[in-house]
Amino acid sequence: MEITALLEIVDVSRHFDDFVALDKVSLRIEAGEFFTLLGPSGCGKTTLLRLLAGFDQPDGGDILLDDKSIISAPPEQRPLHTIFQNYALFPHMTVAENIGFPLRMAGCAKKDIQARVSEALENVRLPDKARHYPDALSGGQKQRIAIARALVNRPRLLLLDEPLSALDAKLREQMQIELINLQKDIGITFIYVTHDQGEALALSHRIAVMDQGRIVQVDVPERLYGFPNSRFVADFIGKCNLLEGNVREQQGNSVTVELDGLGPVHVCRSETKCVAGSRCALTLRPEKIRIAANVSPTEDESHFSGSVHDMLYLGDVTVYIVALSNGLLLEALLANSASGRTNFFEVGDSVEVAWSCDAGHLVLE
Amino acid sequence: MQGKAWYKYLLSLPPMAYLLIFFAAPTFIMLFASFRYAGEYGGLAPWYLHEGGRLTLDLTLENWQRLLETDIYLRLFLRSIGYAVATTLLCMVMGYPLALMIARSGRKHRDLLLLLVILPFWSNFLVRIYAWMIIFSPAGALTRMINGALELLGMGSVTLMYSPTAMLVCLVYVHLPFMVLPLYANLEKHDLDLLDAAQDLGAGKWRRFWLITWPLSLPGITAGSILVFIPVLGMFAIPDLLGGTNGIMIGNVIKQQFMESRDWPFGSVLSMVLTVTAVAVVLLGSRLGARREGR
Repeated sequence: MEITALLEIVDVSRHFDDFVALDKVSLRIEAGEFFTLLGPSGCGKTTLLRLLAGFDQPDGGDILLDDKSIISAPPEQRPLHTIFQNYALFPHMTVAENIGFPLRMAGCAKKDIQARVSEALENVRLPDKARHYPDALSGGQKQRIAIARALVNRPRLLLLDEPLSALDAKLREQMQIELINLQKDIGITFIYVTHDQGEALALSHRIAVMDQGRIVQVDVPERLYGFPNSRFVADFIGKCNLLEGNVREQQGNSVTVELDGLGPVHVCRSETKCVAGSRCALTLRPEKIRIAANVSPTEDESHFSGSVHDMLYLGDVTVYIVALSNGLLLEALLANSASGRTNFFEVGDSVEVAWSCDAGHLVLE
Repeated sequence: MQGKAWYKYLLSLPPMAYLLIFFAAPTFIMLFASFRYAGEYGGLAPWYLHEGGRLTLDLTLENWQRLLETDIYLRLFLRSIGYAVATTLLCMVMGYPLALMIARSGRKHRDLLLLLVILPFWSNFLVRIYAWMIIFSPAGALTRMINGALELLGMGSVTLMYSPTAMLVCLVYVHLPFMVLPLYANLEKHDLDLLDAAQDLGAGKWRRFWLITWPLSLPGITAGSILVFIPVLGMFAIPDLLGGTNGIMIGNVIKQQFMESRDWPFGSVLSMVLTVTAVAVVLLGSRLGARREGR
């Protein structure tokens, strides 16, 4: 028996005049998932969220919730709520009235509303703010009230539109942890929109990377980071070195690639199906590259020599930008874990870099 | 810090001085005049007398007593307030949808629509009232059309000119922009995400209006109402030209006291009552506005 998804997006398209905001997007989202739509601004993620909420209508395709199309239902009748970027708390209502709003709309009895509002306030740990007006709250508190308001009548789905973008870095990290725990506790499906790849990796069960109105890759965070399916994903998620070349030969999952200007390197345990002669790029994460004055490579490793072109001291790590003999710039990380030592090299020093054959991942044109 | 505060006072000095000279001082002169005797040929009699080389004050309460002797003036005030309330309500009912429509229309159209609201100000007030007199005149097309229709229905004819209807139409026509502009200024600033949020949380069209837009626009309604109510309360030009004998408002009587009866002290009494009424309405309005805003 086929397990039906909670939410199914089927071939949804949306055009604004000549601009294609969404191009036949399909997605299946399971119940209880923390699902993230990730992409640069203008990639269509917010458009998709507005279609789900019902503020906009698709030009084609269908959206199914629990196997039933919700396309024709207006936003007020869809069993899902949205957290807006600026929280959209009603300024003329108290915190309690704000949280009670969806219950009031649903026609709950006054007594019920009161009880559930105080319960909701307990859940977000702001029980003494009931009589305050939103203006008197801090950014983090507004955020929590907005979440309490959206969850108070237990929607099937919660849509979050870059909810943490207005907070400062420290508070954002704290709210990320709160969001993860909250979602785990209540088990409601979250669909989260962000352009911040770090936030997406930290929060999500699964991520859909979007670009120019299309979904490029849907996967769990580790696979998205380790095995991007395209140059775009490799470049967008985290830091990544892209080494261009040609596939020389393939035997099973062992591939030899002729890198432009560097020569052949061996890639083992490749998950990419490639044909000899085709163009490809080897994606190498900076933290997977070994850097030393003398790397003394093992048999499985590829190694090249170069010199330190630039360096960025970041405290916990130092980023070295190494110029290889052919002029290619390679980024490598070195943790500053040795006591007392921070800078192992200076700009201009000769260094060697090496990576093991399973460190890189091949993406095709 | 202190230097800064000093500068602030310096900046507000010109408007303060202006208000003092042209508002506060005349108000007190008027208040004082209401206790004096009228001069023999108009104006005011001296407020002191020479008696055997001594100066004595020559003031009286009889102007104020005259106000309370009959209920004529009370009824005039009530009628004026009635016209002011009716005009304000009509302006609100007609102005709100218009202001909302302009505030929600695209940026390009918005400026044009606002221009159209302000357009009547480009021609003289009296000219516009005379235009209405032509429209309302018994020989005018409008009156003839209405009477023609009434005749077909077998009913008697009506006169529009010099009727309360004509006055009200004109009062609303003149004051509508004063309601629309502050309302627009308020509505245009509303965060539309709030309406999306309300809809998302289950509110239909009417509840979104009555629970979000309306309460948030109360300061605009208050401002517009004050801007309409106060000038209508003291209006004399429109009742003069269009009101006929039954359309007299308190403003006409005040004008009469000063210009025709030449009884400045009694005119001052009526003016003081009018001023106090207006100030009371403003205070009440801003109190209500502040409370409904929830602070």
